[in-house]
Amino acid sequence: MKKPSALALLADVSRRSGLPIVDRVLEAARRRADELRLRVVGRDFDERVEWLRARYEAMGGDPFGLDPDVAKSAVTVLSFFHRLYFRTECFGLGNIPQGRALLVANHSGQIPIDGAILGTALFMDLDPPRVGRAMIEKWAVSLPFASTFFNKVGQVVGVPENARRLLEMGELLLIFPEGVRGISKPFQKRYQLQPFGSGFMRLAIETKTPVVPVAIVGAEEQYVNLGNLEGVAKLLGMPVLPVVPQIFLPGGQLPLPMKYRLHFGEPLHFGGDHLDDDKVINDKVWLVKQTIQDLLNRALSQRSGLFT
Amino acid sequence: MRGRAAESDSQSAGTVLITGMGGRFSGRLLRRLHRKHNVVGIGQRAQLGLPRDVEQHLVDPLRSAAREVFARSDVRAIVHLGVIHDSRRPSSHQDNLLTLERVLGYAEQFGIRKVVLLSSANTYGPRPENPQFLREDAPLLASGRFTGMRSLVEVDLFAQSYFWRRPDTEIVILRPAHVLGTVRNAPSNYLRLALVPTVLGFDPMLQAVHQDDLAQAIDLALAPGVRGIFNVAGPPPVPLSKALRVLGRRSVGIPYSLAKSGLTGLFQFGMTHFPAAELDFIRFVCMVDDGAARQTLGYAPTHDLRETLLAVDEERFP
Repeated sequence: MKKPSALALLADVSRRSGLPIVDRVLEAARRRADELRLRVVGRDFDERVEWLRARYEAMGGDPFGLDPDVAKSAVTVLSFFHRLYFRTECFGLGNIPQGRALLVANHSGQIPIDGAILGTALFMDLDPPRVGRAMIEKWAVSLPFASTFFNKVGQVVGVPENARRLLEMGELLLIFPEGVRGISKPFQKRYQLQPFGSGFMRLAIETKTPVVPVAIVGAEEQYVNLGNLEGVAKLLGMPVLPVVPQIFLPGGQLPLPMKYRLHFGEPLHFGGDHLDDDKVINDKVWLVKQTIQDLLNRALSQRSGLFT
Repeated sequence: MRGRAAESDSQSAGTVLITGMGGRFSGRLLRRLHRKHNVVGIGQRAQLGLPRDVEQHLVDPLRSAAREVFARSDVRAIVHLGVIHDSRRPSSHQDNLLTLERVLGYAEQFGIRKVVLLSSANTYGPRPENPQFLREDAPLLASGRFTGMRSLVEVDLFAQSYFWRRPDTEIVILRPAHVLGTVRNAPSNYLRLALVPTVLGFDPMLQAVHQDDLAQAIDLALAPGVRGIFNVAGPPPVPLSKALRVLGRRSVGIPYSLAKSGLTGLFQFGMTHFPAAELDFIRFVCMVDDGAARQTLGYAPTHDLRETLLAVDEERFP
């Protein structure tokens, strides 16, 4: 028989004694990762996913393309930000009705992290879990990957017919009536609500859906915007161009780790005619806006610190 | 089933005439309607293997021979399937409108009270800003991005004008979602490909209807008193990727710009049946709300998602 070469001998030794060590290290790492994941997403995470899967399967599948598996991965990633990075705290979750509702919130923070965290909170902290369904811009639908991803995590194209259908399905709609005016406002205007659109109010009246005012505290300071360059934005064809110096610092591209606080107010019910004049509708919108501003003011006066 | 038998007795007075009898879908429809009605087909291609008492007339609906058929048969209702969907056929646009005009003219001349037109949900057009489910009152915008759809849109609109031009004729326009089955239409052909190309980064919801469910809808539309426009859909929609999984097809994602230029080239050399503009059908949604058909016609699809999708692989004559 041929004598085994030195290389073969080395390979044999490493397989017998080396592999178990590697295995043990990998196993330990996997266990640590699992523990961390469980700590972040909670023990009942899989139950929550199954509960949602059952809810949409009972409807014959979500007609808008919500995919529980994609949503699960997305929430797993977001829950890191929700639980550890922003340490979100929720107040008044009991004010969210079991059936359909419009969650109307302030919008801020240059990029829509507030919407993502609000959605994550509805999934992770509410019993039973819910999917917050936001409306995305029409132009985003023609972006490859992004449009597919948004659909699979339950976001839909922002047209009134879709909103009505979601409400018929008993879903929670996330509405940010300030739109881009709110999200890109400069730092000195933080926690000052910008003018509201009125579409949500007509929808609420028409479909007799309760409006839950939501105040999101924390997002407004995550990126310090010194002002918007309107001329340059126009020239480049961008909707807005904020000046955010922190993104030039190392690690500054991430938002500041503010503590997020979500305050849910009591549901408001509106009656009347959804085709009324703007003046009549705007009075009702004003009422919602003031309620959210009150919630914000109260939350700000109560908060113990920016980061704690 | 007794109720249906009784119903068919009351309906069997008079003949149902089908235009465009040569197509694969027409064949299935002829067989189905033949059980209840006296059926006559006209068209330029014959249908093989039909029951003996189904009359077939190989005539061009634009020629006077067609008028003879209308005059001789006691026609109660017309099902107009003779619409050319292939935009590459020269003069298909003009022919489609002329044929419909002539058929509606015969309806008037011979006192035929019912005309069912098979239009398509594709006439709404796949657009990024489409609501998830379009109702019948949504505008038909398909030809805005894809001029090949112009003919189908105008046929639909032309038939609509008869709602007020001839209020005593019952016009029914059916707009089915993607019809799947042994038929040779773009969606069935697409799903029959061994390697299905998709647009990279897009996975739109796909709404399909089984060919026999569409035949059911046409059957129901023949009931006296029914008129108007009805969307026809099948089982609840699924993402395209899931549909391909059910069919067991392999797929390959191609970036949109590459797919567009590639298809444009292939199409010019006649190597594909898919014009590049049809890529929008696998990028954006074009789905319909069939609530009206369910309520007014009593339509209910009987084929589930699996059956509907797998129908594209069935043999034509099992």
